[in-house]
Order: sequence, then C-alpha cells, then structure tokens
Amino acid sequence: MGVTRLLQSLAVLLAMSALVYGLMALMPGDPIDLMIAGDPHLSAADALRLKALYGLDQPWGERYLRWLARLLHGDLGYSRLYAKPVAAALAPALLNTLILSSTALAVSLVLALPLGLLAAWRPGSMADRAINLFAFASLSLPTFWLGLMLIALFAVQLGWLPAGGGDGASALLLPAATLGLAGIGQFTRHMRAAMIGEAHHDYVRTARAKGCSPIQVVLGHQLRNALIPVVVILGLELGGLFSGALITETVFAWPGMGRLVFEAVMGNDFNLALIGLLLTTAATLTGSVLADFATRWLDPRVRRP
Amino acid sequence: MRRLLIVLLLAFAAPVAAKDDLVIGVSQFPATFHPAIESMLAKTYILSMVRRPLTAYDADWKLVCLLCERLPSLENGLARLERLPDARQGMAVTYTLTDASWGDGVPVTSEDVVFGWQVGRHPQSGVAEGELYRRILAIDVQDARTFTLHLDRVTFDYNAVNDLAVLPAHLDRVRFEAAPAEYRNRTAYDQDTTNPGLWNGPYRIAQVTQGASVVLERNPHWHGKPPFFSRIVVKIVENSAALEANLLAGGIDMIAGEVGLPLERAVALGKRHGDRFRVVTKPSLAYEHLDLNLTNPALADPRVRRALLLASDRATMSRQLFGGGQPVAEGCVTPLDWVHDPDLAAVPYDPDAAGRLLDQAGWLLRDGWRRDGAGNVLSLELVTTSGNRSRELVAQVLQAEWKAVGIELRIKTEPPRVFFGDTVTKRKFTGMAMFAWYSAPESVPRSMLSSTMIPSATNGWSGQNYTGYANPRMDALLDAIETELDRDKRQHLWFELQRLYAEDLPALPLFFKADAHVWPKGLVGIVPTGHQDLSTLWVENWRWE
Repeated sequence: MGVTRLLQSLAVLLAMSALVYGLMALMPGDPIDLMIAGDPHLSAADALRLKALYGLDQPWGERYLRWLARLLHGDLGYSRLYAKPVAAALAPALLNTLILSSTALAVSLVLALPLGLLAAWRPGSMADRAINLFAFASLSLPTFWLGLMLIALFAVQLGWLPAGGGDGASALLLPAATLGLAGIGQFTRHMRAAMIGEAHHDYVRTARAKGCSPIQVVLGHQLRNALIPVVVILGLELGGLFSGALITETVFAWPGMGRLVFEAVMGNDFNLALIGLLLTTAATLTGSVLADFATRWLDPRVRRP
Repeated sequence: MRRLLIVLLLAFAAPVAAKDDLVIGVSQFPATFHPAIESMLAKTYILSMVRRPLTAYDADWKLVCLLCERLPSLENGLARLERLPDARQGMAVTYTLTDASWGDGVPVTSEDVVFGWQVGRHPQSGVAEGELYRRILAIDVQDARTFTLHLDRVTFDYNAVNDLAVLPAHLDRVRFEAAPAEYRNRTAYDQDTTNPGLWNGPYRIAQVTQGASVVLERNPHWHGKPPFFSRIVVKIVENSAALEANLLAGGIDMIAGEVGLPLERAVALGKRHGDRFRVVTKPSLAYEHLDLNLTNPALADPRVRRALLLASDRATMSRQLFGGGQPVAEGCVTPLDWVHDPDLAAVPYDPDAAGRLLDQAGWLLRDGWRRDGAGNVLSLELVTTSGNRSRELVAQVLQAEWKAVGIELRIKTEPPRVFFGDTVTKRKFTGMAMFAWYSAPESVPRSMLSSTMIPSATNGWSGQNYTGYANPRMDALLDAIETELDRDKRQHLWFELQRLYAEDLPALPLFFKADAHVWPKGLVGIVPTGHQDLSTLWVENWRWE
C-alpha cells in the first residue's frame, strides 16, 4: 500500500505541476507586457531583450520541461519577483504561515471539540441551539469583515493589540483569532454530527445497559469513533497549514504563503508559484495519508484484512 | 516634601521628548532592491532615502544635481556638441561628483558611474530601461570624481541622467563580471541588502523582513545635512482598510502619498480624523484618460470624439468623487509642467453642443438613442481595471451622462493583468480604455502619439500608441521637440503639440491623478513633488515640529 500511495502521490504532483505551469502560461499577458504598459521609456528592443532573458519567447512546454529537469537536479531556481533563490523566498513565508495556521487550528480545535460535544449532549436543547447559531455565524462571516472588526475593536478602539504587520506574539493574536474563529464552525458541526450519529449505535446502548455513566459513555466509547471524520478533515486541512490564508494575511499584513503564492501567480513568477503550490499539494497528499493511518488506528475494523 | 513635589511637577510639566523614529505605511513591497532592475514605485520610495541619483527633478520640477556638484549646460561649458565618428552630431557632458561616500566609508567615484553604465547597457543584466545606457556611447574618466559622458545624439534633456544608476563597483563588480546573465539574481542589492556599502544616502537599509517591513538607520558616512530621525521603518500593509486601521491604532505614523491610500479614502480619513492627521493632496503627472480606438468607425469621426468630451461633466466628477483634489485635464501635459500651454481652451460640460455635433456627424436622436442612417445605435464599450473604485465610479457617471445625450456605454472591467497585459497592449478594446499614463517632467510623449509607436504583431506589440493615432504634423513636432535646445522655441513647439492634441482628441482627457499624503500633525518638512522623483529624496528635511 505504501509504495502504491507514494507512486500515486508523485503522479499527482507531476500532473499538478504541468497543469499549474500550463494555466499560468496561458494567462493573458506576461511580466514584460505589463512592464511595457507601465513604463513609457521601455523600447521595443528592451521588451524583446527582456523576453529572451526570462525565456518568455519560448513555448511553454519547452520551458516546463527545462524547469522539471532543473527541479529533478534539486535546483528550485530563482524567484523573479523577490530576486532570490526560491527556497530563500519561501522559507520565511512558510514559517510565518505555519505559525499562524497552526495557532489558528489549535484555537479552532480547543473550542470546537468541546462545543461539538456539548451540542450533541442534548440535541435540540437551548445550549445546542446557541452553539449551532455560533457555528453558523462562524461559517458565514467573511474573514475580511471579521478581521477588520477585530482590528477596529482591539487595535483602534481599545488599543490593546497591534493592527497587524508587527513583530512578536501580540501581532499574532488578531489574525490567529480571525482564522481560528472562522474554523470553529466547521469542526463544531462535524463533531456534533458525528457524536449524534454514534449515539444510535448498538455499542452505545450496550455501554449504557452495562451501567456506564453518561460521561463514561461519551468519553470512553462514543468519542473515539466520532473523532474519525474529524481526523479525516484534519488530515485534509494539513494542506491549508502550508498554503496560507490570503485574505487574512492581506488584512493583517502578515507575510505568509497565501500572499506570496498569489503574488507569484499574478506576477508570472513561475518558479516561486509552482514550488509554493506543489508544496501545498504535497502537504495535502501527506495529510490524506496521515488521516488514513489515524483512521486505521482509531477504527480497528479498517485494519481487518 | 515640597522639593519633591516641585521635582515631580517639573517632570510632568516638561515636554515629552519627540520620538526620533518614524514608521511609514506603504502598500507594496519592493520586488528587488537593485536601483536599475525592475521599475516599481515602492522600491523608488524606499531607495530614495538610502541612495542618491546623479540628478533629479526637485519639488519645483527643476533639474538639480544631487550627487554632482554642478549641473552641466551648454551655457556653463560643461556640455558641448561634438562630431561622432559616423559624422552625426552628439554631445559631451561633464559631471563632477560631490564628496560622497558609500555607507562603508569608501568614496563614491567615477568608477562607480562607469560600472553602473556597464551594467545598464549589458543585454543580459536584467536592467529594463536600456535607452539611456545605449545613448551613452562612452565615458571618459578624468579623475576620481570627474567624468564625461559621450551621448549619441543631441537632445534637450542631455543633462538629465536621473536614471543612470551609480553602483558600488567595489562590492558588485565581481558578482557582475563573474556571470552577467546571473547578475540580476546574484547582485549584492538582493543577496546582501543590509551591507552598508551599497547605500550612499542619508540612511542605509539595516533590516529587511520579506513582505512585511524595511528598517532604515542613519548612514554614518552621509555627506549632507544630517537627518532628524535615527530610524525609519517602512511597513508594508497592502489592504487600504488595514493601512488606515494601522494608522489609527498607532502602528504607523504616516501613510506615503506616492504608494499609499486611494485619494477618495484619504479624503474621507481627513474628514473623520482631521484633529490628528493632515491629508495633503498633490496632483501628479499621472494622466487619467480614455484611450479611443480610432479604428472604430464611430470614434474615427473627430466630431463624435469632441461630443463625448462635451457631454462629460469632469469638473463635477472631480468635485464630487475626489473632493476637488484631482484637477480636470485639458490635455496630456500637466499644468505643473513649465511646457504646459496656459491658453489651452478648457472644454466645458455642454450636452447641447454635444448633441449638435452628433447631429452633424449623422447620429440622430430617435427613441432616446443616437442612431445612424441604418438605425444602428451609437453604442461604445469602455474597458477599465477591476478593483479600482474611482475608475468604476467615473465609468458609471460617464455612462449616465452619455445616455442623457443618447449614447449607449457598455462598461467592462478586467483584472489589471488582463487589461494591461492583453486588452490594451494588444489593442483589443473596441471602443475606449480608461487608465493613466505615467511620465516625467517635460517627457516627450513619443511612445503614445507617434505613428511609429502603434503596437502590432509585427513590432512585438511595443509602443504605447494604443489609439492608432497617426498625424504627420504630430510626428514632426515630436521630432522637433526632442532636438530643440532653445527653451523658448521648445516651449512654442510644446504649445503647438498640445493644441493639436486637443483638436484631434486621440484620447479623452479626464484628470491628473493626485497623491494623498497622510501625515500626523507635527511632522513637517515633507514636500510632495508630483513626479517620479519622490518626496523621500529629501528625507533629511523631515522632522517632528
């Protein structure tokens, strides 16, 4: 299974790289076209010279194959937008994104799992309705709006926290809260649905019949099975940890992967955009594999031959 | 006890010492820190505080020496005409550098000028604008601080070498000569940005956090007036709302006018928080206009073009949409430029006159719309950039005003990348395209108005004459202006060019865009220029009052 999954993952990565490269190459305009429009002093000779220098006068298929050959030799190339090696341009953004995304995910999980359990404890109760309302609000509120509201309250009105772009832990709080709050709804809803679904199984009835207390039933029996769909979603979220959150990063001037890759795509920085997107794809694939392993560990039925 | 009380009272009564750092908010992060590779406003804004060009236009739009002692001219003998080996006439222009040093104490010398020229003219160095470098045929070094440029032609702007990058040969020559084609990736400006030896301005770059901030500290080897602030932090906040919030929360002290908030947002901020901030608008060289596709049969008729302008209430738009801060353009030359024709007649808002012109052109009003003999409605498409609120508003107002005279306007917005990279550059707009031209003081609009600059597949889509305008007299004027050394004669040629432009109307003038500078009260000394040599070139004059 391991080798097959690995080969499948490599095939997906290869297909993704060709697809992304092709789509970027097919986008109208290239960096030099944009430069011509913005700079009246750029002559026709300059434009042709620059296109040749950046290889933009070659068919995209050839450029892609050259890029792939370099990649296989471990050369990620240079970022045209940041004028530095791709790894050097990616590393700080990746670190920032990991810090922000993992903090936000932790905020989401720490709040969402207990809320999901509480909501599923007595479906239809006041607590369940209130938690559902909160979860739907979390799912529906646009992150840019939420972010701006948090800035208006905590940075502008109260002056407790920086509005963004700062250094240190205080600068992390508002963007992490924005992303974290936006993620709570999803996890709460999944946790609640899974717990309610498990409550109707025979093993739960048996546990109750054996005299287990409600808390023992929930925590000792139901929770483990209810966690399976949540773990699968968590695995798929792994890609998100690496891809960044464009809108939140933009609102809080947080220099992460979302902004970096977006700018790379829009600026035709093929090397940077491709590696950034492939990293996200690889993380998603890895997350999917990890989720499979976690599911097998949590659910003995999956392990059966 | 009483003594203690007095000491405490004095302590509280003493003025709070003004902080000696400044945090500036900008909306872009520079792609590179190399002065000659890639042209980007955010880069120019930051680099103007850490390096000085040989010459620049000041706030009064006069050419001045910044890294040279005396501006060469034919009158003072530092410039002269000379015969080139191929019998054409060229020029020799001599400069003497000021007693400046790089941030590591090494003097700035003629060798640095020569090195900058060698990088600029090398086809593989990655320098975008090669024109000036190609025009310089050779550089004679007289001594460590004196050199002569030999130019391949006679032009009126022979002494304006603002774009000739002076680069530290002692740091970057080795990197360049090792592999010129790789230089753009290996230059010390991007690999070792905080090396003090790269900078010769009042500040040097001390720290760069990619995508987030650039920290500047005083350059101990700066030869000019000592700057007031010991540290300047340039913070990058791309989102306008977040930029404003950062300002209100105290995360930044000021917002750069050149690369900060859109005008309408800054004006609104000034109204709400006028007690804390000063919002200063400065009209710039950016000429907002509608390029018309002159191959469109309706727009090929000059009467229709004039009718469109007469039916546009640009003065009210400027007042209502931009708080009056964005002046109406009557031509392609800003009134701030000395070559602007003050007698150029303003085109008033006169829908009745527009209607009469359309009648004459054969577009008669029937069922509320202007129709030709075959019953076709006069319907035009306007394309502009999406996400630009002010452009979208102007397009909507034009749509309503032109509908009032019977012209249908269809508005289409496109992402800037598609708009500039394809629609405009490859002349794919069928009616009109709204955008801005950026130029320089007394910049000859050859690439926009010359018939040789119409982009096509055969010339690799170069040139910016997107309208397809061709008038032999305009071509002759462009040639004559470039080579006329006599200021009075040149001014008259400029006047004629502007009158011809106003008469032919290859594009409809809208506004000269204004930059909105947001400063805290108490910050003084900033003088917006309105052109490409930004206010930060004189950062040593900024201070807290």
